[in-house]
Amino acid sequence: MTAEVRHIRTAAEQGLVDAFAKVKARLPGETILAMREAAFEAFEAGGLPHRRVEEWKYTDLRALMREAKPLAGVPDAAARQAARDAGAALGSVARRRIVIVDGTFAPELSDLAGLDPGLTIRPLAEALGKSDGETVRHVGRVLPVEDPALALNIAFMNDGAVIQVADGAVIERPIHLAFVTTGAAASFTRSLVVVGKRAKLTLIESHEGADALDYQVNNALELVAGDDAAVEHIKMMLDGDGALHVSTLMASFGRNVTFNDFSFASGSAVTRNQLFLRFDGEGSKADIRGATLARGEQHIDNTLVADHARGHCTGREFFRSVLDGESRSVFQGKIIVRQHSQKTDSKMMSNALLLSESAEADNKPELEIFADDVVCGHGATAGALDEELLFYLKARGIPQKEAEALMIQAFVGEAAEGIQHESVREVVMERTRQWLAERG
Amino acid sequence: MALLEVKNLHVEIEDKKILNGLSLTVEKGQVAAIMGPNGSGKSTLAYVLAGKEDYVVTGGEILFDGENVLEMEPDERAAKGLFLAFQYPMEIPGVATMTFLRTAVNAQRKARGEAELSTPDFMKRVKEASAKLEIDPDMLRRGVNVGFSGGEKKRNEILQMAMLEPKLAVLDETDSGLDIDALKVVSEGVNRLRSRDRSFIVITHYQRLLNYIVPDVVHVLSKGRVVKTGGKELALELEASGYAQYRDEAA
Repeated sequence: MTAEVRHIRTAAEQGLVDAFAKVKARLPGETILAMREAAFEAFEAGGLPHRRVEEWKYTDLRALMREAKPLAGVPDAAARQAARDAGAALGSVARRRIVIVDGTFAPELSDLAGLDPGLTIRPLAEALGKSDGETVRHVGRVLPVEDPALALNIAFMNDGAVIQVADGAVIERPIHLAFVTTGAAASFTRSLVVVGKRAKLTLIESHEGADALDYQVNNALELVAGDDAAVEHIKMMLDGDGALHVSTLMASFGRNVTFNDFSFASGSAVTRNQLFLRFDGEGSKADIRGATLARGEQHIDNTLVADHARGHCTGREFFRSVLDGESRSVFQGKIIVRQHSQKTDSKMMSNALLLSESAEADNKPELEIFADDVVCGHGATAGALDEELLFYLKARGIPQKEAEALMIQAFVGEAAEGIQHESVREVVMERTRQWLAERG
Repeated sequence: MALLEVKNLHVEIEDKKILNGLSLTVEKGQVAAIMGPNGSGKSTLAYVLAGKEDYVVTGGEILFDGENVLEMEPDERAAKGLFLAFQYPMEIPGVATMTFLRTAVNAQRKARGEAELSTPDFMKRVKEASAKLEIDPDMLRRGVNVGFSGGEKKRNEILQMAMLEPKLAVLDETDSGLDIDALKVVSEGVNRLRSRDRSFIVITHYQRLLNYIVPDVVHVLSKGRVVKTGGKELALELEASGYAQYRDEAA
């Protein structure tokens, strides 16, 4: 037997071990306890991911996470009061808002009346508590991913939303999952969204919390899109400047699915946004985009894996980041094309705009192609604002700062133009303008 | 009355002398053509007037409407009424031409202490000006110059000029890359803007453009200075004899 090298646990790792031992019996869903335990064991073996773990080489969570915050309890009256305006950034969008406060689904703050025919929404804790067959069948199983942060999410997941859209149901009003954190705690949320065949859904997530509040968010979303479904998913990461935000999307697409995704990241001290996508049927199209706006010492990581398990699918990945101060962005994108997935068309591009000398952008594109009849490509750039363009704008009478702002907006706008829902796209541009105004 | 006075201007770029004591006066309402061989400093003069950073002025001065523009940022010069139509207009993906025009017009108005144009007022002006230049309204919604042909880009420059109503417009080889039809549209656009209060510097390598935009005066540039000044017939002489004699003269 080979000697097992065990590392010395960090304070954060020890905190998580203690917390799991304490709460595991109280977590919802007896039937999934074994799954939780297995996930936690997997986490314990490797501990928090660090720079020698390839997938996490630019985001050393072991170094970045100094302690395990206490698990958020059931929100009290004050927390619920503080969460009343959750998701206000999306206020201009005519949407159905579901509020999740400190990791707990808050029905009294959510718009649950008059659900469209074919639409059901309920708390994950409730579904797990009742061992709901559909939920138990899917949760943690839509797209199994071995990832330490995700393992922690499975171990500790407490609540979230379970959304089901029946075959053929077209949900016009976007559903908005508004996550808000009100205290210096850790929350582990998981949501499950099952969209039936030929069904249509726009799903918005927003994540927020007060500035100068030291909190941790570990959020996961599992999405199943049935044949011919059309789904748009927009995630607005607007957490407070003291937050550590880790979130993961796992999505599986049937045949002829149209999927649009947009990740907007401008909050948190540290953000790790993971997207795992798998094409499980032919003829599907996924357009995955993101915009990152970082300043100060912010660290924002977008990591994506697009697995073409079936052929004849189109994937487009387009991520842009704007970096000021000493901030850092990471983009890791991996396209996997399986041996039989012929006629795959997948392209990936990441561009970083550096506004200061000390900002840093790390881009890591990877292609793993086993099929021989495919069109795949990737590109990555990093650079400053184009001086020639700035001169052109200034020669037309536009002052330096305004010219810079116009160019940055255009840079973000080219990513945001992929958002189909117009009023959501406008929210992204409005947040960008706000960020630029704060830049001065 | 002189609108622009360039006095004994010396300019370098990357330690290379380009303008060597250039002096030039443009009267109010005058159309001055500047001709000269490649490398004589024509485009450098255009860029220095507009305030491009890479050029180092080592001597001389530029007075525009009596003010020293060398102290001013490019946007301040623009707000004072100085316009440069670029030889190679830039493409700005993501910024619609309409947004660009509006931002520029209002930035200049703001700098001059004038009220911003209202949306209907602005739209009316853009529509009129673009129709005259045969610019498809669809192009105004697209990113500035993105996917435009050479002729469309030049027309877009003239549209910007029409909207910004400068006191002095410097046209840097506006004829380059234009076919005869596009040349006519662009020239007519310029001629419509000619007035007693507006001056032009028309920089060109060829006489052809001056058949359409007829200058009041022609200056010949060689080795970074004006070596000859004459009437519009000077352009025809140059067309016949070429620039060789001026190259020798300056040497």
